[in-house]
Amino acid sequence: MKLNFHKNHKLLFGVVFWGFVFLSLIIAVFPALWVQQENEPLPASEPITELERKGMKVFINEGCVYCHTQQVRPIAMDENWGRPSAPGDYARINRPSVWRQTPAVLGSARTGPDLTSIGKRQPSAVWHYMHLYNPRSVVKESIMPSYPWLFKIVENPSKDATVVSMPGEYGPSNGKIIATEKAEALVAYLQSLKQVSMDAEASAAQKAKADSIAAQAAKKKIDGATIYANNCASCHQSDGQGVEGVFPPMAGDPVVTAEDPTDHIRIVLYGLQGVPIEGTEYQGIMQPFGEMMSDEEVAAVINHERTSWGNDAPTVTAEDVAKVRNNDELNKIQAEE
Amino acid sequence: MNKPSAVLSVERPLTVEKAKAEERIDTSPESVRLIFSFIACSAFWLVFGTLVGEYLGLKFVWPELDTISWLSFGRLRPVHTNVVFWGFLSQGMLALALYVVPRTSQRELFSYRLGWSSLGLMNLSVVLGVIALMAGINNGAQEYREFIWPIFALFALGLILVAYNLYKTIADRNVKEIYISNWYILAACLWTIILVLVAYLPGYQQDGISQTVIQGYYMHQGVGQWFTPMVLGLTYYFLPKLLNRPIYSYSLGVLAFWTQMVFYTMIGSHHFVFSPIPWWIQTVAIVFSVGMIVPVTAGTGNFLLTMRGKWRSIARSYSLPFILVGVIFYAIVSYQGTLEAFRSLNKVWHFTNFTIAHSHMSLYGFVAFLIWGGVYGLIPRMTGNEPPQFAVGAHFWLALIGVLVYSIPLMVGGTLQGLSWIAGESFIESVTLMQPYWVWRAVGGTMMFISHLIFAYNVWKMRPGNRIETAESTNS
Ligand code: HEC
Ligand code: HEC
Ligand code: HEM
Repeated sequence: MKLNFHKNHKLLFGVVFWGFVFLSLIIAVFPALWVQQENEPLPASEPITELERKGMKVFINEGCVYCHTQQVRPIAMDENWGRPSAPGDYARINRPSVWRQTPAVLGSARTGPDLTSIGKRQPSAVWHYMHLYNPRSVVKESIMPSYPWLFKIVENPSKDATVVSMPGEYGPSNGKIIATEKAEALVAYLQSLKQVSMDAEASAAQKAKADSIAAQAAKKKIDGATIYANNCASCHQSDGQGVEGVFPPMAGDPVVTAEDPTDHIRIVLYGLQGVPIEGTEYQGIMQPFGEMMSDEEVAAVINHERTSWGNDAPTVTAEDVAKVRNNDELNKIQAEE
Repeated sequence: MNKPSAVLSVERPLTVEKAKAEERIDTSPESVRLIFSFIACSAFWLVFGTLVGEYLGLKFVWPELDTISWLSFGRLRPVHTNVVFWGFLSQGMLALALYVVPRTSQRELFSYRLGWSSLGLMNLSVVLGVIALMAGINNGAQEYREFIWPIFALFALGLILVAYNLYKTIADRNVKEIYISNWYILAACLWTIILVLVAYLPGYQQDGISQTVIQGYYMHQGVGQWFTPMVLGLTYYFLPKLLNRPIYSYSLGVLAFWTQMVFYTMIGSHHFVFSPIPWWIQTVAIVFSVGMIVPVTAGTGNFLLTMRGKWRSIARSYSLPFILVGVIFYAIVSYQGTLEAFRSLNKVWHFTNFTIAHSHMSLYGFVAFLIWGGVYGLIPRMTGNEPPQFAVGAHFWLALIGVLVYSIPLMVGGTLQGLSWIAGESFIESVTLMQPYWVWRAVGGTMMFISHLIFAYNVWKMRPGNRIETAESTNS
């Protein structure tokens, strides 16, 4: 028959069909196969535990991915979230069952923050439970949904139950909130989200990119208020008032308003946990920020706390921070505590 | 309200007098029933899907609207997208295709029974899919393939039956040439079958990033190789037909067809620019995104040149304005998409609400408007029942103004979001700065939703009924 697309339907639709099969093979199937064969977890990474896997399932089923990415791009604006993501970061994520495909954790919208390193940025389980029960209890401006169905209200929680205490208006009028297994799994998953260091040679290219980012970042101006909003406000609140019984206020806090800034610097560098403040025991924990921040950044955020919300204490310099950091003795004392 | 007569035009002082569907076309009652059923289902899913969309939009303004798991944002969002994809758009396009293909092949549809089976399978799939998603059962939250495979298999089977049905109809045509519409329509079905198979088959997409490579391909092809060629094919039929003049250039249509097939397939990964998927795939995607200028310019140019000098007939028709808007949006979103793929602009817009504006302008401004144009152009001619003109006008203007009020603020807000991130402001800034734009989205969304209720009412008014008999008896 004539080789005429207009008249020969077998020819026309044959080309349309097989042509598309061919294109799909070269642009999708073969590259996927190749990526699949190269799939190799980073040497420093650890296997996903059973509990974390359950948590990932909750994360996927509840559709957290529609608002949260787990994907750091090799560009300067993403440097807040960590080093650029590499294929190895996702290598341990695989198909959970024959019914479902591999979870799409990379995400496509950042309505909420990137969660690649949320485990480092926010290690406090207490914070996560409060945030999941009602995000506005810790971040007033948040538009994230509440997930009360991951919790139960009971009269008398058993001893091993995870009790979540919510400040005033956010809790139930009577009874206690306890986390269900799903909430516990989800929080374990969130806490496990930490970037691990990359294998030196495999990451040469990535590293070059990261270096240029670091160079760009160095040029960025350091602003204490922004650092506070990004790293501290989720617990101590943007108005410095903290959350009753969980996170202490920074306004009028004895350490923050002290003449001698050494304790202030130490707490930011090394974190704090289980130390009553003015007679109150706080349930939350504070993680160390020393590894995430430069001396300049630590000084900037400390000065922000020392001069905001009515606080009026002497400010510090990057050199003061460096002194505390380099003081081995202080370091050791901290380690022993 | 009086039932407007199909023959007489009733005085309507509020609107410009629109031309009536001048000729009744004789289609078998069987095909009228099948096609109308597809449209009725499509209209139902439109109302349902955008009610969900509207509700999601409100949640950005009032996050505490409800705290019921089945109605939470993360579960309803895929309900919205999958319902408008597989319920509203797909069934609306297929309704029109089931008319156009037999018509241009000058014969009856190969099998009505197969047609009904497709309709049943597709709707069953969407109903089950909605329930599963609301219960929190999804396919790894892979966008647009959130239905787990046993559920989506029903839809795929429906699609295979349609493709077979249309292929047989074309193969046994009573004309020599295969009209260009049929190229696009059947190609869309075939491509989508391959696409769905590639998206769901296991083996090469198990772990980590390999899944993302397929997702990039699928997510984009879903729009590009299903909705786009399908509505373009329909427009190659309805536009010349309704204007009563041949398409400007047949060969431009052929050029657009082949370039669409090759270029579009290569650009899927532009959804993952800067991601850890292999860099060369991203670069190929960006290069071909520029290449897309060829089919888009050929396509829209062809349509606009067909319309040239006919603006008065367009204004007098109530279906052609929808088609005009659809064609204009096709051009806008395609050039916009090319811009979004450049790494420099992608940086600003990726991950922001700009994407949401883009997807609504394409699926709504472009695809949905062309479908509505076809529905209003075809159904009154098939059933002899006109929708109230005022209601069609209200649908048109509410939908058009609605989508603009929806997407322009999101484009502005999305750009500000991106700039805020680049400036290194605290993240929560980018949430609070969006508030006014999200309110605008809710306002635009409400207008769009009302217009969909009106559309559903119009579909009801156009339903085949005793009018068919009356019209036939007066005709004979
Ligand atoms: C509607 C979009 C949306 C959904 C859905 C959503 N989030 Fe969020 N999320 C946000 C926003 C906005 C923020 C920033 C404000 C805040 O901290 O609450 C946020 C913040 C967070 C944070 C704190 C990040 C940080 O850097 O401090 C975590 C952790 C988080 N979300 C986890 C989740 C989990 C887990 C789910 C699913 C169960 C989820 N989110 C679903 C929008 C969302
Ligand atoms: C995960 C929640 C959390 C985050 C984030 C956090 N903190 Fe804390 N912070 C706490 C808790 C809880 C305490 C009290 C610990 C205790 O008393 O045992 C605390 C205590 C402090 C104290 C000491 C108060 C005192 O009187 O002893 C200072 C100073 C402080 N935080 C500063 C900061 C700064 C600066 C940042 C940001 C760089 C920050 N915090 C981030 C939870 C947090
Ligand atoms: C009443 C009208 C509509 C409203 C109010 C609405 C609202 C929404 C909302 C709130 C979202 C989620 C946005 C986000 O995650 O930030 C969304 C996503 C989406 N909607 Fe709609 N929608 C409407 C109509 C439609 C129609 C008719 C279509 C298709 C023709 C459509 C296609 C989509 C798509 C594809 C997405 C996903 C976007 C992406 O991931 O980029 N919507 N819509």
